[in-house]
Amino acid sequence: MDSGADIESSISGRVFPFPHRHLLGIAGLTRPDAEALLDLADALVAVNRQKEKKLGLLRGRTQVNLFFEASTRTQSSFELAGKRLGADVVNMSPRTSSMTKGETLIDTAVTLNAMKPDLLVVRHSSSGAAALLSQKVSCSVINAGDGQHEHPTQALLDALSLRRAFGAVAGLTVAICGDVLHSRVARSNVALLQLLGAHVRLVGPPTLMPSSADRWGVEVFHDMRRGVEGADVVMMLRLQLERMSGAFIPSVREYFRFYGLDREKLALAAPGVRVMHPGPMNRGVEIESGIADDPQISLIQDQVEMGVAVRMAILASLARRLENAA
Amino acid sequence: MTGPFHPPRPTAFVNARVIDPESGYDGPGALVVENGLIADVARAPQIEAGSHELELIDCGGAVLAPGLVDLRVKTGEPGAETKETLKSAARAAAAGGVTSIVLQPDTDPCIDEPAMVDFVLRRARDIGLVHVYPAGAATKDLKGGEMAEIGLMHEAGALYVTDADRPIVDSRVLRRVMTYAKGFDTLVAHRPADPHLTAGAAATEGEFAGRMGIPSGPAVAERVMLERDLAIAELTGARLLVDQITTRDALDSLSRAKLKSLEVFASASINHLSFNELDIGDYRTFYKLNPPLRPEDDRQALIEALGNGLVDVIVSAHAPAPAEDKRLPYDEAAPGAVGLETLLAALVTLHHAEGLALVDLLAKVTVAPANLMGLKAGRIAAGAPADLVLFDPDAPVVIDADQLISKSKNSPFDGRRLQGRVLRTVVAGRTVFEAP
Repeated sequence: MDSGADIESSISGRVFPFPHRHLLGIAGLTRPDAEALLDLADALVAVNRQKEKKLGLLRGRTQVNLFFEASTRTQSSFELAGKRLGADVVNMSPRTSSMTKGETLIDTAVTLNAMKPDLLVVRHSSSGAAALLSQKVSCSVINAGDGQHEHPTQALLDALSLRRAFGAVAGLTVAICGDVLHSRVARSNVALLQLLGAHVRLVGPPTLMPSSADRWGVEVFHDMRRGVEGADVVMMLRLQLERMSGAFIPSVREYFRFYGLDREKLALAAPGVRVMHPGPMNRGVEIESGIADDPQISLIQDQVEMGVAVRMAILASLARRLENAA
Repeated sequence: MTGPFHPPRPTAFVNARVIDPESGYDGPGALVVENGLIADVARAPQIEAGSHELELIDCGGAVLAPGLVDLRVKTGEPGAETKETLKSAARAAAAGGVTSIVLQPDTDPCIDEPAMVDFVLRRARDIGLVHVYPAGAATKDLKGGEMAEIGLMHEAGALYVTDADRPIVDSRVLRRVMTYAKGFDTLVAHRPADPHLTAGAAATEGEFAGRMGIPSGPAVAERVMLERDLAIAELTGARLLVDQITTRDALDSLSRAKLKSLEVFASASINHLSFNELDIGDYRTFYKLNPPLRPEDDRQALIEALGNGLVDVIVSAHAPAPAEDKRLPYDEAAPGAVGLETLLAALVTLHHAEGLALVDLLAKVTVAPANLMGLKAGRIAAGAPADLVLFDPDAPVVIDADQLISKSKNSPFDGRRLQGRVLRTVVAGRTVFEAP
């Protein structure tokens, strides 16, 4: 077993010169950018599996997690990632900040900026919020989900999970199923999977599909059986509860009947199919419990594990680009 | 400078390129202004005049045209003076060559009764820069329920009635508003937008909004509402102004209505003629408008509609929004753009870019809106008000929003290179703006 210092220097040698100051979305990344991030994250998985998980790549750095939308897994994943790299991590949420007192997003950003953080992880309910912040602060901004726009770290962790499960993403047929219309996960995944050479299908009821989805370079299906037929990967999306009754779909049971993932529909997929879900799951609404928990099929636990590694890779790469980097 | 209540000396404007959109004349010209009116016009560089006291203004070959008449202007007075006051709007108008503005009634309190009409007219008279007219609300408190005092406001000087950005959803209410307004020959302006289809929307549904994750509404929401409005206009025989038409689809509906010889007219905003949805780019909120920007095909349709007469009037759709309302995430930012100071330059730029005749474009902001409102302005003819703009149609200008006179700087033209520079603005014979 390598000593901690050896691992650190080997990881540090793999931190490539990331050519962007922020990570706002998959749009704007090139295939080499994405591949290099995934390579680095892959190496970090091993670090996360040993007893001594702490590296010093971000020692002395301050990372602020600014979450205007509640999130358990993404926020804790970013927090762990920062801490394992040696950064000081501060979590802020709207309940504890002044947003409720009428302070605008930009005021908050400017205030935070004066505290000289190095990395700012942002989640916000409005599309473009991370991009707006990035224009007003001097640190690196990482988009942890902006409205219905992008969730780039989710797409990267999904790609890493696929790469480790299948060896490569290129050539895979991936069916992304459910509420595509409101999903930033779907948008980032479409962009990244296409960048990496996968065939992407979008599956969902017409009311939850963007009207222009057929122009995204994907195949669109409203019949889930046909959509998952022969697919190597079925990626389920979360259906927000407030969209379930009457507004976009008539009822939960009708949704599960036509768009929930059950054994019957899954049997139509390619042999060796793997199932993914960004979480948190609505068991019995979009996915049958047994499938989610089946280790032969489900990649859901891997996704969570890869999440920490991918976020470490991004934090480390962006830190290299900071103006005051050593 | 001469005070507002002292009639200036008679003035001769010589050596001009006179454009009179009423007659379609575009050529050398000169004119004499006396007592606030155009006294005489010559289609030659010089003009004979009897008076010795004549002040002579050599136009140096620049375009001398009627001052612009802008039918759709919002200020913040009363109620939101930090956005824009009547005075700052009037100064902005003067700097932009706009000599008559019609205010939208959605102030706070709103202009839904004659005392408010009177208030605005008196404030404008005190400021004394450009002509300011209010439009009255069509329904009380702009709520789309009970009819406002359309007759009394008309009598007090309101030029037309409208609920501004708010469509009147209840068809029965709109029918009664139109029927009643017809009794005073008052124009009813209505925004065609189905509020249910566009609920929560900040952009036009389609590839761009879908990719950017911006909440969007379908463009057809405009046609849906317009078809109803046109049917009710046909039923009542009222005069209808379609407020800011933006889509090819709706223009098709409009052309069918015009074939039936209905008294329907349409306006287009300079923003929808100049930009498409891709200008929003990376969530630039200065391009967040109501109605939202459309795909390029719709912009092209609007340009065609200028040529074939489907669009009668061009408006600035001046809607000030201060930085605190714009420096927000896209879906939370206020819609609207200031436009009084950039209207003429943007129009002249359209002339250069799209090959539309300048005289035809100017007609949409002068004689056409003036005729629609029954104003004598908007033309260069003996006896018409001496509301004039002198501008260089070729001079390049780079718009710097921070330099705008408007209290709010939300201009989508910020940083754009336009052509057309206002040299002098004259209202009732008095110079109210002169380029530095």
